Amino acid sequence: MGKYIKFFGLGILFGIVLTKAEVISWYRIYEMFRFQSFHMYGVIGSAVLIGIIIIQLIKRFNIKSFSGHTIMIVPKERVWKRYIIGGTIFGLGWALTGACPGPMFILVGNGFLMMLAVIVSAAAGTFTYGLLKNKLPH
Amino acid sequence: MEKFFSYFLQPWPWYVAGPAIALIMGLLLWLGRSFGLSSNFRTICAIGGGAKYSDFFKFNWRDQIWNLVFLTGSIAGGFITNQWLKVDHTIDISESTKADLTAIGVQNPGAEMIPTEMFSAEALFTWQGFIMIILGGFLVGFGTRYAGGCTSGHAISGLSNLQIPSLIAVIGFFIGGLITTHFIIPFLF
Repeated sequence: MGKYIKFFGLGILFGIVLTKAEVISWYRIYEMFRFQSFHMYGVIGSAVLIGIIIIQLIKRFNIKSFSGHTIMIVPKERVWKRYIIGGTIFGLGWALTGACPGPMFILVGNGFLMMLAVIVSAAAGTFTYGLLKNKLPH
Repeated sequence: MEKFFSYFLQPWPWYVAGPAIALIMGLLLWLGRSFGLSSNFRTICAIGGGAKYSDFFKFNWRDQIWNLVFLTGSIAGGFITNQWLKVDHTIDISESTKADLTAIGVQNPGAEMIPTEMFSAEALFTWQGFIMIILGGFLVGFGTRYAGGCTSGHAISGLSNLQIPSLIAVIGFFIGGLITTHFIIPFLF
């Protein structure tokens, strides 16, 4: 159990940050897709900017993980169909629910229990992908 | 201190949230894991016996328990914030967004975190609510696995690692999101 406590702590921090910055709000997603506020672009943009710096530091200085291993980032397959088709399907759903996978769960913590129906549907979506995977273009 | 705490209770600006998310990603890398929330759905399918139906769910899901724990922590973080770290529950969206939403029939836009008139048990049994809740969730779960990641995996982790596939996926996220927002949502309220 002890080895998981740090992930629980990081999860709590993630839930607090996304709630406090209103990232889990349906209205913020709608506003982003209408280009009516900088807020969401600021959140994602600054996360990516700092993220690039962190990953470059890890690579340049060969920073080891907590347990002493080389930090490996598995590269994605060099194809494009699955990313553009799958990404577009994801986007269609994201703007409907106003929540990507993390926020769906954080909203449940905020007391919006209807999000449980969204979560069950999302799991059904992933299950359906598993069934159809070999028939889909990738 | 009191002043700090009253500031802390206000909604946080983007320049606090963005770097904090990057920090969480960095700490997960340091702990030998990767930041990506949507793979939890695959793990949930595997735990539920999905391997009987598709090889896609045949993997050692015990290696993914840490991510379910992270997810559970984030639910707790949402609960803690909602209970104790908030004074104002309205969402500070722009005036033009409020005007647009009012025009398509949304009641009190921004009064709560989400439009509860649509995300309610009653709405679930209307065709509009079904599209937003059930179809919306399904497309997220299907699309994220097809694309191999969601906002955390592609937009944050992937772009931070300067991966072209993630950039293509994020372009897809926006194509889909723009279609829904501009051509579908106006008919749902």
